[in-house]
Amino acid sequence: VVEGLALLDLGVSPYSGAIFHETPLIIYLFHFLIEYAELVFMITDVLTAVALYLAIQDFNKVVFKKQKLLIELDKYAPDVAELIQTPMEMHYIPLKVALFYLLNPYSVMSCVAKSTCAINNTIIAFFILATIKGSAFLSAVFLALATYQSLYPLTLFAPALLYLLQRQFIPIKLKSKSFWLYTTQYAALYLCSLVVIICLSFFLLNSWDFIPSVYGFILSVPDLTPNIGLFWYFFAEMFEHFSLFFVCVFQINVFFYTIPLAIKLKEHPVFFMFVQLAIISIFKSYPTVGDIALYMAFLPVWSHLYRFLRNIFILSCVLIVCSVLFPVLWHLWIYAGSANSNFYYAITLTFNIGQILLVSDYFYAFLRREYYLTHGLHLTRQDGTEAMLVLK
Amino acid sequence: NGMLAAAAALLLLAAAGPGLGPGPGRADAERAQQDSLREELLLSPLPAGDVAATFQFRTLWDADLQRGAVSHYRLFPKALGRLVAALGVRELHLALTQGFWRTQAWGQPPLQAPAGAELWVWFQPTVTDVDKAWKELSNILSGIFCASLNFIDSTNTVTPMASFKPLGLANGTDHQLLRYAVLPREVVCTENLTPWKKLLPCGSKAGLAVLLKAERLFHSSYHSQAVHIRPICRDASCLAVSWELRQTLTVVFDTFAGGQEKKDWSLFKMFSRTLTDACPLASQSKVYVDISPKNKEKELLEVTPTPASVHEAVVQGERRTYAVYDLLSPLLFNTSRSLNVQLKWKRPQDSSELPIPVLHAQRYVSGYGLQTGQISTLIYNTHPYRAFPVILLETVPWYLRLYVHTLTIITKGKENKPSYIHYQPAQDRRRPHLLEMLIQLPANSITKITIQFERALLKWTEYTPDPNHGFYVGSSVLSALVPSVIAMKDVDVEQSPLFTSLFPSSDGSSYFVRLYTEPLLVNLPTPDFSMPYNVICLTCTVVAVCYGSFYNLLTRTFHVEEPSRGGLAKRLANIIRRFRGVPPL
Repeated sequence: VVEGLALLDLGVSPYSGAIFHETPLIIYLFHFLIEYAELVFMITDVLTAVALYLAIQDFNKVVFKKQKLLIELDKYAPDVAELIQTPMEMHYIPLKVALFYLLNPYSVMSCVAKSTCAINNTIIAFFILATIKGSAFLSAVFLALATYQSLYPLTLFAPALLYLLQRQFIPIKLKSKSFWLYTTQYAALYLCSLVVIICLSFFLLNSWDFIPSVYGFILSVPDLTPNIGLFWYFFAEMFEHFSLFFVCVFQINVFFYTIPLAIKLKEHPVFFMFVQLAIISIFKSYPTVGDIALYMAFLPVWSHLYRFLRNIFILSCVLIVCSVLFPVLWHLWIYAGSANSNFYYAITLTFNIGQILLVSDYFYAFLRREYYLTHGLHLTRQDGTEAMLVLK
Repeated sequence: NGMLAAAAALLLLAAAGPGLGPGPGRADAERAQQDSLREELLLSPLPAGDVAATFQFRTLWDADLQRGAVSHYRLFPKALGRLVAALGVRELHLALTQGFWRTQAWGQPPLQAPAGAELWVWFQPTVTDVDKAWKELSNILSGIFCASLNFIDSTNTVTPMASFKPLGLANGTDHQLLRYAVLPREVVCTENLTPWKKLLPCGSKAGLAVLLKAERLFHSSYHSQAVHIRPICRDASCLAVSWELRQTLTVVFDTFAGGQEKKDWSLFKMFSRTLTDACPLASQSKVYVDISPKNKEKELLEVTPTPASVHEAVVQGERRTYAVYDLLSPLLFNTSRSLNVQLKWKRPQDSSELPIPVLHAQRYVSGYGLQTGQISTLIYNTHPYRAFPVILLETVPWYLRLYVHTLTIITKGKENKPSYIHYQPAQDRRRPHLLEMLIQLPANSITKITIQFERALLKWTEYTPDPNHGFYVGSSVLSALVPSVIAMKDVDVEQSPLFTSLFPSSDGSSYFVRLYTEPLLVNLPTPDFSMPYNVICLTCTVVAVCYGSFYNLLTRTFHVEEPSRGGLAKRLANIIRRFRGVPPL
């Protein structure tokens, strides 16, 4: 960002080079705030935590109400009393979420490094808050801002829509007129705000240069600087002939989980949002630890799934060890010269597998709990013996 | 011999054209196509006992290559003439250099070129697609000179805005018609010398070019051969244009490379040949030896055989004396058949006598690790009381990402803001960085310019076969009008030696100097080149793990497990157990 501002001072478009890839609104923002950069990033982190706190507080109320409704409608099996969430145990969850975000070493590192990812996180947190509060307009505006900043939050459109439909008690049937009406309203709000923001950026710098520099850069991955993701080494070792094909495959990979997850998790849009955020952080073209901090902040909300998680100990060990090894192997490769790029790449692979398995573990536990809620906790087979649950 | 006589006759005929022609029109046409060749060799002893030899061959042709369809090429090489006409070239400067001119030890160079290959060209305003013409030009020159100039493409070509002004006639200076490229990795060898020699009218058979033997020329500290083509005024009224082709070759022989204990030089010791005659096609063929006394009273050098005349000139701000040997004068070869100029030092040189050049520079890269680094340029102005501005041009390849907000210029401890900055950032794989600055150098000062960069990771096919050797960054160019201590008169190009008329001088109080800094060698982080298939497999495996887990969770539902009869293995085990008498599984 400092480089972009310096280029602007020299009279050169910041997007004429290949170093600056932030949006014009960020330049505009930092033009005034560059002196207080540390303060800005601390404030954004605090804002994110506060937004998450308020959002989860509201969400807990919604969950509790829904639970009560389902108990009265007798949808639950008789012996699942211990699985029901009580207000007592849910009382401290918002605080835990805020603390998880603020005290996460990843967010601390991101703040110290003054990474603009913190600003992205704040916008997404405000989007979540607006969605959970039920304001479609604000939710569309923040989603448009988040998409404008980095392309991937586009996939969060689906969970937000599902949540808002649920809140308005509109059933999700493809033939229902009110469903389509509401969807088009929300989509129109979102697209209009996106168009307004992009035109505003055009008028800020008087050129459309920022579109290839920001979005073309995210989509075509030209810069292979090593990061914690999977893309950089893959494209560094790619045969030229196939690079377009694999770029397309990797980008589609981020977007195509949305529809299946929407179908499976249409009753639970907030969990859907969590899984989608995790998928974005793992598979985006230039991931940073700030993105990981955001979805990890949600883990206390599903702390009641703890008893169904299968590999949580191993996975947390994998994540902690990899996080410690990242800087060590980076130093060995780049500074000491005694290690190879393969060492760092291996840790990237392991870290990403750890994250993927963490998310799928939580997903498994969530689905299992849902099954138990409707079918009862103590399952017996036809002959009366203890039953095992399998996925078939 | 017959051919030479015929050539000499033709020359006389051309010179006597006006008298012999049938009519004034015909005579004008013949005179209009007149061309002449001047050759000259300048031997200048350098401090510390080395000697620099500069050859210059100038072909001046009174034809308009751009307009008329010229078909009869005589002294001007046809390859270059057709190139200029076909591609709309206004000025061409190509230099191939091996080694580096050490300005601090050897003094100001008469004409310096950066290490590797350097090509800069001004195109005519009639050229519509300059980039296409540039690409064609570099490919054709690559073929003519057997050099890898075809590697010049958009990733190492820049359009400087201030550093390179046309050296010949120019109508207007639209800098979009200028292209500059340097290939620092280019190696110069005999293969490049042979086609260069072929372009000379006499080849390497007569005249000064007989001294150009590859095995001695490349056994030196610095070897630079260049071709300069430019249009100049035909006469004082400047109504018509002549084309000038200068081929220059500078070589520095060094005492240690020569392997001799005494530092006495002679033509035979340097080139293993001596001069026997002048090129018959040349109108002037001279050898100049720099015998300027370093102190006012004592002479440093003794030259044998005794020179016929002595020439004095003010060159680069200093009054210098040259011993002249005219190869065309009949007196020269009276006593011996060959001319072997010998230079003997009268007394050993003092280190205190080493002249300090007014402007010199050095550049280095600092930093540790393969992530970041810093390029520092030090420019020295040793003039005791005059300050002057210098234009610095830096071309840095795109994979070293410069951060212009870290650019600092410090002179004498204080920040020195440049009066003009033109910065064009690089685009990945398309364009290099271009940084041009006009910096004022105070008298007797050292200016330090630093800029930080980050190293990029390239795709594995973009590395050279020896990636751990590093990547070269081309020399930066410093152009300045250095104030001279002694006032210089305007020189008449035809009367004075060639080495004084290369750069047009605007006034007598300063002379133009173009210096180059060292090229840099920078390491980049490398991926493992043996692993493309492994990397693709492993990364796709990770993606497949995610896809697989999510596919399972999304498409399957929980069921209570039915007791199964067991697979084949279980049944076999049960059979064995029944035989053993053990209860079944």
